[in-house]
Amino acid sequence: MSALSFDNVTVRLGGRDVLKAASFDVEHGEFVGMLGANGAGKTTLMRAALGLAPVASGEIRALGRRATRGNSQIGYMPQNRGAIAGLRLRGWDVVASAAIGARFGFARLDRAMRREIDWALDEVGALDLAQRGIGELSGGERQRVLLSQALIGKPRLIMLDEPLISLDPAHQRNVVEIARRICDDLKVAILFSAHELNPLVNAIDRVLYLGGGEAVIGAVDEVVNAPVLSRLYGAPIEVVHVGSRYYVMAGDVDVEHDAHRHDHHAHGAHA
Amino acid sequence: MTPIATIITPTAPMLEYDFMRTAFMASGIAALLAGTVGFFLVMRGQTFAGHALSHVGFTGATGAILFGLAPLAGLVGFTFVAGIGMGLFGEKLAERDVAIGMMLSLALGLGLLFLHFYTAAATQAAALLFGNVLGVDQAALLTLAVLAVASFVALGIIIRPLIFASLESELAEARGVPVRFVSTAFLAIVAIAVAECAQIVGVLLVFTLMVGPAAAAQNLSRGLMAGVALAAALALAEAWGGLTLAYYSDWPTSFWITALSGLVYLASLGVRFRAR
Repeated sequence: MSALSFDNVTVRLGGRDVLKAASFDVEHGEFVGMLGANGAGKTTLMRAALGLAPVASGEIRALGRRATRGNSQIGYMPQNRGAIAGLRLRGWDVVASAAIGARFGFARLDRAMRREIDWALDEVGALDLAQRGIGELSGGERQRVLLSQALIGKPRLIMLDEPLISLDPAHQRNVVEIARRICDDLKVAILFSAHELNPLVNAIDRVLYLGGGEAVIGAVDEVVNAPVLSRLYGAPIEVVHVGSRYYVMAGDVDVEHDAHRHDHHAHGAHA
Repeated sequence: MTPIATIITPTAPMLEYDFMRTAFMASGIAALLAGTVGFFLVMRGQTFAGHALSHVGFTGATGAILFGLAPLAGLVGFTFVAGIGMGLFGEKLAERDVAIGMMLSLALGLGLLFLHFYTAAATQAAALLFGNVLGVDQAALLTLAVLAVASFVALGIIIRPLIFASLESELAEARGVPVRFVSTAFLAIVAIAVAECAQIVGVLLVFTLMVGPAAAAQNLSRGLMAGVALAAALALAEAWGGLTLAYYSDWPTSFWITALSGLVYLASLGVRFRAR
């Protein structure tokens, strides 16, 4: 049994096959980096695994169960839309609201729950940050506070959707290190999506690359090479490997880096 | 009585009058509900939707008058249905300024038409638009109390999923929270709170009790439940303060409530920016 398994999964959104008969497995306790161009389906893949995106055919199993909404064994961090960045509410209260938020009735935060929230915040090094207003933190600090939410409920699979977006390199490194430590300490599988391979390359066990509806998983060198990526992008791709860094080039354009810049800009306009 | 005491208290102590006791109770009930519900309305960025609901309430109230029904019944009925409608159309619609703005103008226009057909239009219109807390009778007070209790119970039931969905709707959805249901139920509660407020300060000034205290509380407190309690307390203080000032000054109650609400909000901004 894998942590997450896609078996011939097709996901259709707005008449387009975002995933076409995609098959792959994420094993227990492994740290998988998910890459792919904008629109390649990274967010959709996670939403499908959470039971939020309709599966046209094939089967998704998460932790041995058919993927359905509200699986408490999956920790998830959606892309930060910046909605709560304007609030003055204490970070701790935001995390607590998420921890208790699925319960109807005036549920009280009991001591065990409070302890778990403190533990999760401590695990990501954000216990002190959480005493400040969520809107008063920097992007990287806020990301760490929100990351703690994915740890609550003792999940065995954690999916993080673009947690590095609009962070500076130092904070990016910090978030990747925290994810690696969580993976090792808690023995959970982590699926971590990103625009660029380089911030992740030394931390991840395997890479899952999406493109043209296909999903390819494997060691970095098995996946991030010219033949595989040319197939996924549907265009001739060159991979330049310098030291421990990879540059994915289409013609003379750095594909990943440009995608990142583009999205960064869009994100700024949104906020 | 000495002459000086006569000057300080031009009339008898206000709580000796029945209508003043009723007014204190009615405004207290409405203020507690408005402050509490308003806190979440501000947190969700839906204050304009609340404003629009009050205008729909105006149509309901004038329609009720025209057909010989109690204005409060029309007010509550219309806002409630409109609140549920807004919720069912989804958050996207409830956040769309133009659609909401059009709806509230249309509602006010219809209300005006209803008043046109009714002869004693002027006094009724003024009471609906700017409130008439001194005109609340025992039956209306009982209605306000029952609706407020029902709203608090409903809010208590959805409060945890509501907060979660307000802060992080995608995560809430993934954790199995029925986000659409929660937001519809919330707008129905907002509708009741709006109708209660309209009874006190009028449909045009609903903001003053729903949004003012809540926004001030969010400037003053980083806590969640502490913030809710503070919003309710501020709304209560502003409503009762306004009523007291109106009694001694003979100026309109709604004016004093808006003045206090505005002052408290300004002061909260000062505190927030000094704290930086």
